[in-house]
Amino acid sequence: MLASWCGAEERLRFNQDVRPLLSKKCILCHGPDAEEGRKGDLRLDIPDGEDGAYRILDGSQAIKPGDLANSEVWKRILSDDPDDIMPPPEKKSHVKPLTSQEKETIKKWIEQGAEYEDFWSFVPPKQYPLPKVVNEEWSDQAIDRFALATMEDKGLSPKEKADRRTLIRRVSFDLTGLPPTLDEIDAFLGDESEGAYERLVDGLLEKKEYGEHMAKYWLDLVRFADTNGAHHDHLRDLTPYRDWVIRAFNDNLSYKEFTKYQIAGDLYPNATKDQLVASGFNRLHIIIDKGTALPQESFTKNVIDRVSAVGTAFMGLTLQCAVCHDHKYDPISQKDFFAMFAFFNNFDGKPETGKRDTPDFKKGLQPPYILVGTPEQEAQLAELESRIKELELELASEKSDESDELMQLQDQREALKKSFRGAMVMKEREEVRPSHILIRGVYDNPGEIVPRDVPSFLPPLDVEGQKSRMDLAEWLVDPVNPLSARVAVNRFWQQFFGVGLVKTSEDFGAQGEWPSHPELLDHLAIQFVEMGWDIKAFVKSLVMSETYQQSSVASRQEFLKDPDNRTLSRGSRFRLDSEVIRDQILAVSGLLNPAMYGHSVKFPQPEGLWKIVTLPSSYPQVFEPDTGDEIYRRSVYSFWKRGLPPPQMSIFDAPSRDACVARRERTNTPLQALLLMNESEFFAAAKHLAAALLERDDLPDEEKIARLYETVTSKVPDGEQATQLAGGLEMFRELYQEDAESAQAMFPQEEDPARRQEHAAWTMLVHSLFNLDSLKNRE
Amino acid sequence: MNLFQQHNDILNRRQFLNTTGMGLGAAAMGSLLSQTQGAGGQHVVGAHQEPKAKRVIFLFMAGAPSQLDLFDYKPELAKRFKEPLPESITQGQRVTAMTKGQEKLVAPSMFNFERHGKNGTYLSELLPHLGSVVDDICLIKSTSTDSINHDPGKTLFCTGTEIPGKASMGAWLSYGLGRMNENLPDFMVLNSAFWTGGTSNVQGLYSRLWGSGFLPSKHQGVTLQPSGDPVLFLSNPDGVTRKIRHQMLDFVTEMNEGHLASVGDPEIQTTIAQQEMAFRMQMSVPDLADLSDETESTLSLYGPEVHKSGSFARNCLLARRLAERDVRCIQLFHRGWDHHVRLPEQIRGQAYDVDQACAGLLKDLKQRGLLDDTLVVFGGEFGRTTYCQGKLAHNDYGRDHHPRCFTTWMAGAGVQGGMVHGETDDYCYNVVKDEVHVRDFNATILNRLGLDHNKLTFPFLGLDQKLTGVNPARVVKEILS
Repeated sequence: MLASWCGAEERLRFNQDVRPLLSKKCILCHGPDAEEGRKGDLRLDIPDGEDGAYRILDGSQAIKPGDLANSEVWKRILSDDPDDIMPPPEKKSHVKPLTSQEKETIKKWIEQGAEYEDFWSFVPPKQYPLPKVVNEEWSDQAIDRFALATMEDKGLSPKEKADRRTLIRRVSFDLTGLPPTLDEIDAFLGDESEGAYERLVDGLLEKKEYGEHMAKYWLDLVRFADTNGAHHDHLRDLTPYRDWVIRAFNDNLSYKEFTKYQIAGDLYPNATKDQLVASGFNRLHIIIDKGTALPQESFTKNVIDRVSAVGTAFMGLTLQCAVCHDHKYDPISQKDFFAMFAFFNNFDGKPETGKRDTPDFKKGLQPPYILVGTPEQEAQLAELESRIKELELELASEKSDESDELMQLQDQREALKKSFRGAMVMKEREEVRPSHILIRGVYDNPGEIVPRDVPSFLPPLDVEGQKSRMDLAEWLVDPVNPLSARVAVNRFWQQFFGVGLVKTSEDFGAQGEWPSHPELLDHLAIQFVEMGWDIKAFVKSLVMSETYQQSSVASRQEFLKDPDNRTLSRGSRFRLDSEVIRDQILAVSGLLNPAMYGHSVKFPQPEGLWKIVTLPSSYPQVFEPDTGDEIYRRSVYSFWKRGLPPPQMSIFDAPSRDACVARRERTNTPLQALLLMNESEFFAAAKHLAAALLERDDLPDEEKIARLYETVTSKVPDGEQATQLAGGLEMFRELYQEDAESAQAMFPQEEDPARRQEHAAWTMLVHSLFNLDSLKNRE
Repeated sequence: MNLFQQHNDILNRRQFLNTTGMGLGAAAMGSLLSQTQGAGGQHVVGAHQEPKAKRVIFLFMAGAPSQLDLFDYKPELAKRFKEPLPESITQGQRVTAMTKGQEKLVAPSMFNFERHGKNGTYLSELLPHLGSVVDDICLIKSTSTDSINHDPGKTLFCTGTEIPGKASMGAWLSYGLGRMNENLPDFMVLNSAFWTGGTSNVQGLYSRLWGSGFLPSKHQGVTLQPSGDPVLFLSNPDGVTRKIRHQMLDFVTEMNEGHLASVGDPEIQTTIAQQEMAFRMQMSVPDLADLSDETESTLSLYGPEVHKSGSFARNCLLARRLAERDVRCIQLFHRGWDHHVRLPEQIRGQAYDVDQACAGLLKDLKQRGLLDDTLVVFGGEFGRTTYCQGKLAHNDYGRDHHPRCFTTWMAGAGVQGGMVHGETDDYCYNVVKDEVHVRDFNATILNRLGLDHNKLTFPFLGLDQKLTGVNPARVVKEILS
């Protein structure tokens, strides 16, 4: 990794070349943790100060810039005495010895003057000039210039633009989580005028499916689920929060407001329902049941979880590492952690789930909460209220306070409100609860009191007197904050390119990965802030780039050399997420129910799964699938039991939503193959689509096959594929003619044997397409 | 030998394997290498030292059994019935919400203990069968943990920390050691509950206990279902025979290969290989669950409950069958040990559920020569208190959660049989000798499988994550021969 970045005579850069190596091999013992672990009063993560790397102790200097021979560090590295050598022998330290390449790096760095740099993600992003490139014609967009400069450095060149069918399929998946319809494909292919692609993108960004798709990533990040996640794993209804996230993306709420609403929506003067619902972010943590742990312990765990979530989601920091001790790698002290803790420990509510015999419990609610309707219901309510107000004014002017109409309207209003859902919200206690440092992180071992504040190594939060959560929220989205915008744009990048510019999108600290394109990342962060944290505009700038639109076709060697496409020298090809795979099958089969919002839905799953995990008194205890069209809703509405998430989701790498997850793994397993082969709803979808094809008696087989193929893959079959598909259909026909019993087993209701066989053969053809690799990958 | 080779040959797997020019091993490996690189570099599969065990069977007693009534004989306590537990023993310990305000009165076990084996090891009368194999097991009376509540306790034991989201032991083994067979997953989980021990206060489980956490999900445990498909989505839909499935997969492979040729992504090859493995699992898993080849004498080792699907005894038998098929990690969870009240009545049923089944499993493994390279471990998330919770009579009492000491055992793979390791004080409240934290217990399991708990790491959230967490852990060498 290092070798590729530092040519023979090149000047080493501390952040890029030296810091990762120090972090891996030295910083655990010679780092920021002051309490324990710091050996020899020496820090190697900073140059100055009493313990800094340049300090002189007993006549010897740890690192003497430019002077290798007089740098104690170098002597220790070379030592062959097991008591002196650094890092200490692996047997003792569990740290692997320095490789010869690593030694070479340290040597060169000291020789070149051992210059330190502030940690890259803790200093504000810089605007770099657009790099010079050879192939200037390729694109004048900034993203492309930065990407191309890196490609050219590595001797690579971009791929041609993907063909239009691939492009519409790719961008439809990426923006809406669904494949394009045949009409959409026709419209795009038919539009040969300039700006056709841009119009396509604009249209997709306006679809309501955009918000549903974007929400999915956010829900992983904030560990949204439908159960409390500990002990009984009872129902906990936070669906109004989920619905708000979807609407926020569709209404294009700026990321700035999006952040503020969630951290401190409850603290706006005259907070709107949306702001309050969004503050439910602070209620998404796992919460244990009453009567198990001691409430004080549960309380502490909840607050730690809340703070950790803010760290991962908004700051890209592993704040939770500093609960028990100073952070071992990042300059986050334990005091910093509990100063952040102080913003979130003043929750006015119980730290454990409520009593089970209450109406709230049955609804999965616990105060504080507010009542909210769906957008339609809220509109109805607003109308009713304005009519009631009007009528009241009218009546007042008539000096009468009775009216049948008024009573009717009031009854209607009450009835409507009854159907509202409760939305759990954040609420501050009147009196601020002090925050103590918890010694060793133990909840009943309080140390000194720390006031609310932001981590001391980041720009200060300049507010007189008691700081509020709203102040913290403002600070997070202040352009001086070096992390917020970088962390956000990196996650969007990851969503559209498969991997973030910083691969460890959950960790921008010293143990995270150095960005593959640091200057591009900074450029994007600055752009995002300058465009007013406008998510749609930002996302559009990504998909409009030539980098994004490249073809993903490459040689086997190219895939093996750069499997994650970190060089950006082709279009990315990666596996679709579980939700997209399921939604896609429903969509192409014509089954997808586009209804939005509401309580979570239990899609059919094999019987008995919950039995493995539930208690007799868990609520709900037995899995009862929803019925009718509900089971064809989009996966984002799926009921998420933390103790056992839906297998259609978890088998394709969806997280359990116990903890904040900024990126999903993508695996390729036999269980996934079994799921696509045998899951009953997927197979039923194949039958359904086959039935629709059979209806088209007017079309010859080859046309039906071509339409089917295009519906499922967005492509038209080439000559060879057409032959293969026709051969496949013939094969399935023969199989079911030979084996009439199987056709009957598949369609017991169908009386006509010939029709049964035909339906079975077509079903298997559709089913085969559902099992293609290209169905589960975005290309 | 590969049991399914024959069948596969009949069905002619040529198209599956040959046309891509590489078999499963190579294709799967390509994917493995590309996907197990964390932020910090390349992951190398394989043991760190000579392994003593090829596989582990973990018998997890969910709910936490009472060490006082099963393993840790304290005859002197009988004289202290209803006496308050001295402060010198409790040392201001934090307790659960359930017994927080209550006086701590000693509840001696009502059960008799008998000597077994060459060394005269004491075991409760509730465990007569385990007594017959006591020379093969090492009792660890000094196990301890950090957690006082079930959920964090189980999460700590199974994943190394109380905080959810980390990888489980089986996932670590799969990640660290790679595949050992080509027909079944590396890590399989079998659950039982609501059996003879009753249905009251049966604690819940979480799939995170066998989850992969931050590791790629292909390392997660696969549960074997007691009813329906043993592995989820295993059976073909109605009207799809094995022959039709085979033809269909051949057809899909042909299409996928065409796509591979035009697109270039070797991941397509992995998809083909995994579909092939799925097809083989459709044979191998039903064969695993089909007990018709078991003799009556074998079945009788496990006791009468073995005849009922979903029992712990049946799961023990299946564990042996999985061990024979080289599944790396086999974990059984038996729920129902949370005996806060009416302990004597309930523990009888629980002990009945597991006693003969555990002994039968050890005997069966031994007679097949599998105990030499199979590690079997037994334990719950913590122990139970000496003091009573709820009503206290000589023959009726309850016990609260107790993290400071409890008994676990290990057998096979070079663990010394007939040994008792560690001691607790006279009240069975504190460890007085050779404490074995669950982290040490887990480090020892890894050691038997040839892994060093300090080297088996994965970079996530800024840390080199380990099964043993951030605190130091040690291998309990004293119990290893």
